[in-house]
Amino acid sequence: MRRTPFPFRLHDRWITIAALVFATALAAAQSSGRSAAASQLTPGSAELIQPHELLKAIQSSVKPTVLYVGPRFLYAQARIPGAEFIGPASDPQSLANLRKRVALLPKTSAIVLYCGCCPWDHCPNIRPAYNELQKRGFTSVRALYIAKSFGSDWVEKGYPVDQPSEHSGVR
Amino acid sequence: MRKIAIIAAAIGLAACVYYAGHHRGGKAVRGPDGKPPASSAPALTLADLNGNKILTSSYTGKVVLVNFWAAWCTPCAEEIPQFVALQGKYRAQDLQVIGISMEDQDRTLRDFCEKHKVNYPVIAGNQKIAEAYGGILGLPTTFLIGRDGRIRAKYSGLVDFAKLEQEVVAVLQTNQ
Repeated sequence: MRRTPFPFRLHDRWITIAALVFATALAAAQSSGRSAAASQLTPGSAELIQPHELLKAIQSSVKPTVLYVGPRFLYAQARIPGAEFIGPASDPQSLANLRKRVALLPKTSAIVLYCGCCPWDHCPNIRPAYNELQKRGFTSVRALYIAKSFGSDWVEKGYPVDQPSEHSGVR
Repeated sequence: MRKIAIIAAAIGLAACVYYAGHHRGGKAVRGPDGKPPASSAPALTLADLNGNKILTSSYTGKVVLVNFWAAWCTPCAEEIPQFVALQGKYRAQDLQVIGISMEDQDRTLRDFCEKHKVNYPVIAGNQKIAEAYGGILGLPTTFLIGRDGRIRAKYSGLVDFAKLEQEVVAVLQTNQ
């Protein structure tokens, strides 16, 4: 007996749509899985501050405390004006430095953390630093969203930097 | 048959989405005329992890890939096996890879290199070396240097190795 084509076409269409939706969702989840699992600092979230927003903030009269939580070599070459060196937050010693630095700050202090050592999804420093301050009850912490690197996302945009001789401590 | 086609299409789409999400290929920096940067690679005297002296000027006549990296930098570490493969494949044609590691503390660097069977010199980098290359403001960063000692391209971020290999081969085939 010959089957009527219509129900089968409809059925196949639904299979197609379901398969495509499932596969797309699966791939998207795989693609973002690493960063989502590591932390909530997903691009576009309110926990992040964009470079142009930070630029405005550091040029205003009420500046946030900007803490650099990346490797020494990067800070030694160029840094956001006024940023303080903490060290790479993937290292427990640097996390201890961070705790010490913020120990006397009010929990409502505006703090911006930044690294920029490598692409955002792979940065080993920004999430441990952010999570540490969250854990300590700081309510106004934001992480500077640096998509690719400090060079690409700050310096090459022509944003201001302090050069090595301008701050003591780290070269 | 139709179901197979549907499944194949779904897999294809999934592969495209996954690829787009993961592959952020390194940016090759070139001059405004589309030609590579014309600056010369710096002449430096360096020492590898075994204390062997390395004069970068002694590589004139070879094609050199200088890779700034760090063991803690995940994308950098992912690239190392591919640099090892490139070095192995094109050593006889005069390709020389040099790794410059920008660790804050290099206590695990030697172990990392042994584990990954790194077959090219690795140097513990510092700010002076980074500045000699015009500043390294993110990792990984890789320079392709021609036989004439001039920088042919700079790649900021993860390198697309298929493209890089093509460019390396093209430079290997020239006298520059």
